[in-house]
Amino acid sequence: MSGLIAQAAGKYGAFIWPAYAFSAIVFAGMIAATLGRAARFKREAQRRAKEGGE
Amino acid sequence: MISALANPHRFMAFSRWAAPILGAAAALLIAAGLALGFAAPPDYQQGETVRIMFIHVPAAWVAMLSYACLGAASFFYLIFRHALADAAAKAAAPLGAAFTLMALVTGSFWGRPMWGAWWVWDARLTSVLVLFLLFVGYIALRAAIDDEARAARAAAILALVGLINLPIVKFSVDWWNTLHQGESIFRAGGPTLAPVYLLPLALAGLGYMAAFASLWLIGTRAEVWRRRAASLALQAAR
Repeated sequence: MSGLIAQAAGKYGAFIWPAYAFSAIVFAGMIAATLGRAARFKREAQRRAKEGGE
Repeated sequence: MISALANPHRFMAFSRWAAPILGAAAALLIAAGLALGFAAPPDYQQGETVRIMFIHVPAAWVAMLSYACLGAASFFYLIFRHALADAAAKAAAPLGAAFTLMALVTGSFWGRPMWGAWWVWDARLTSVLVLFLLFVGYIALRAAIDDEARAARAAAILALVGLINLPIVKFSVDWWNTLHQGESIFRAGGPTLAPVYLLPLALAGLGYMAAFASLWLIGTRAEVWRRRAASLALQAAR
């Protein structure tokens, strides 16, 4: 597999790898932002529900 | 299915297990698609740059799919005034913008060595740029209006008007003489792409769709939690 990846880098590596890196960064950003937002608002809703119940 | 999930409690119960399953399926499908994509031989015309297709084309498919979801959710919100439909529309917009940006940038990395230009104002590229601007405009419009109900209505109308761009994106390569190549997958008479590329592309495409579905469910859940927290804060203040 690593041989194939190295082969793919060939003379077009300067275009292929940045395209993959950009996609990976955008995916990581989307996942982090979505999960972070969900966790933050879930915590906030649970805290407020607890405060309201007291 | 849609009417069953319109109940927020049922939606939260369903999305709690569906989102991680879709996320895991996305990871497996994308990994398999890219592994097969890198094992495929170089294209006789494009050479190694054909490997960009396995991330560019799925991103472009999901960009269009996410706008269709945004439009459908906005339609249901405007007709039924259903808060969950608005939450779903709001959650789809940033994901759609990200996938569209991914399609534009990866396409640019392919265009430079193949066309000799990072960007050309051809009908396909321009209509996808308009798609990106529609997502950004939707997000900006919601953020610009303080009253949430007014913001939701205005943004839903914008989303519905923007739906006209979807057939333009899809058929731009048929209606105009474009530098971007014509349709080679979803066409009458079947795909013209070689099976050695078609399978990895299909796997990656399904993976991207599963990733969008998973993140969309989680984003909608986040919006439901946010509204619940805001409602509880309002009750406490009274």
